Amino acid sequence: MSWRDLGAASPELVLTVAALAVLLYDAWTTGPSLESPRGGGAGWLALAGVALAVLLNAFPPAAPVAFAGMYVRDRLTQAVTLAALLGTGITVLLSPAYLNRFRLPAGEYYALVLFSAVGAILMGAARNLAVLFLGLEILSFPLYTLAALATRSRRSQEAGLKYLLLGAFGTAFFVYGVALVYGAAGTLDLSRLAGVPITPLLGVGVALLTIGLGFEAALAPFHAWAPDVYEGAPLPATAFMSVIAKVGAFAGFLRVFPLALPAASAQWSAALVAVAIVTMIWGNLAALFQTNLKRLLAYSSIAHAGYMLIGIAAPGPAGTLGVLYYLVVYAVMNLGAFGVLILLERRGEEADEIADLAGLWGRAPWAAGVLALCMVSLAGLPPTGGFIAKLYLFRAALEARHTALALVAVLTSVVSVYYYLRVAAAALSGTAPDAVAPRRSATVGIALALAGAGVLWFGILPSTLTAFVQQAVQALR
Amino acid sequence: MPAPLYLSLSAVLFALGTVGVLVRRSALIVFMSVELMLNAVNLTFVTFARLRGGVDGQVLVFFVLVVAAAEVVIGLAIIVNIFRARETVDVDDVDLLRG
Repeated sequence: MSWRDLGAASPELVLTVAALAVLLYDAWTTGPSLESPRGGGAGWLALAGVALAVLLNAFPPAAPVAFAGMYVRDRLTQAVTLAALLGTGITVLLSPAYLNRFRLPAGEYYALVLFSAVGAILMGAARNLAVLFLGLEILSFPLYTLAALATRSRRSQEAGLKYLLLGAFGTAFFVYGVALVYGAAGTLDLSRLAGVPITPLLGVGVALLTIGLGFEAALAPFHAWAPDVYEGAPLPATAFMSVIAKVGAFAGFLRVFPLALPAASAQWSAALVAVAIVTMIWGNLAALFQTNLKRLLAYSSIAHAGYMLIGIAAPGPAGTLGVLYYLVVYAVMNLGAFGVLILLERRGEEADEIADLAGLWGRAPWAAGVLALCMVSLAGLPPTGGFIAKLYLFRAALEARHTALALVAVLTSVVSVYYYLRVAAAALSGTAPDAVAPRRSATVGIALALAGAGVLWFGILPSTLTAFVQQAVQALR
Repeated sequence: MPAPLYLSLSAVLFALGTVGVLVRRSALIVFMSVELMLNAVNLTFVTFARLRGGVDGQVLVFFVLVVAAAEVVIGLAIIVNIFRARETVDVDDVDLLRG
């Protein structure tokens, strides 16, 4: 290990140091009372760490491969880091109002959020299966704890337990896959897997690895935990996990499938196509019947995992570009949708039913507007980022001659328009229920403005992000 | 004992753990089953490391052990908290959430 290695990993290091600083600051200001102060110092510290990491991420390191070839910070890592940091930054802005209202421990919360982001970024930077495994664990352990952070809420505790048990189950499959790949290839180095002859042992190993990543990304049939965990976890934690787990899992998929095993694409492509089709159909059909918004967004996130898998199942630069673009846009639009929910309160509890949104337009027109915009984007309609992102992915499917896959993707998108626009219509019409009150918060307002602007920007002027992502894809060839 | 036997043993242990997670209802037993799965993986790693003559597999065992320990810490914290509230650790009784 040298200074150059540490320089390559500087965004992760900054986030880790920021997380430790947040914990120390919180312990210092809280003192023996064990009740976090109401000031937002911890949040600002976390935000400063994220901003510094964004800055460092903009400069590619002199030597991208570091730590004896186990770690790589190339353009793809930079794109994944951007998606992760965007999600983390908006989450940090969304959280303080909610943390204060429900008296959740701010220090632990922000530190866990930052640690989890480090895990997702590490998965994008993995050049070795051991790093990928550690990244997955660093990503998911903080998420289990975040889900169970509301220690006085039984729903939150149950969500944490369910997430942990199923997550650990998925992890076991993942490491068993790593072990079998190691046995078949004699190496954990992802860059050396391409030349390894394809044996049944390697095939089983990769399949088990896929199950582990599928649990993390909530792909059908490994999605059973998602609706319950999303519903039970505190709202900002739900918002964060819906984004960061996808970023990490799909960074892992990119590192394993198109990048490490391009020669065997004929074998794994068919299997991933099947998983993608099942996931898109299941997620979208189940979302149709939800009345709870957190559950609806959970099924929607399952459906979106299916869409993103298209980019992996259709190997080639077009698919990789589609996944990276989708990750960034998904982070922005999903957090925008959750952010509006964070503003609402029903008699000291979360207001998370669709009916609670009624009449929002009359009380908080800006919030209702951002919610409608994010719903339009999630449905994949122009002029939003969601439309462009889906366009890239569907085109990649057609280029790879997966016509059935593209057809199912388009049809399920049409189905999804119904439930997304039902939410938007609820927010834009009707009379407000007395029990529900929209709160005001400056930081949430900033986050919502950022999310709304991002969704429109990526939809109307996609060229800036496309150019950045294209560099990432070109550097890989 | 030749390598295929070690590998079969670890595959059987892994399968036992999987069945345990899917069948048993106590959160603690489910936890133990996950640990069984992880240790089956460790056995596989060590066997392959011996076969291949490398140390990568043996080093990874330590990572898996640490990860398993961290998992138990988080899991027991949540289980203790739930037990305080409900006096049960049966996953069927933990049913406020649908599905």
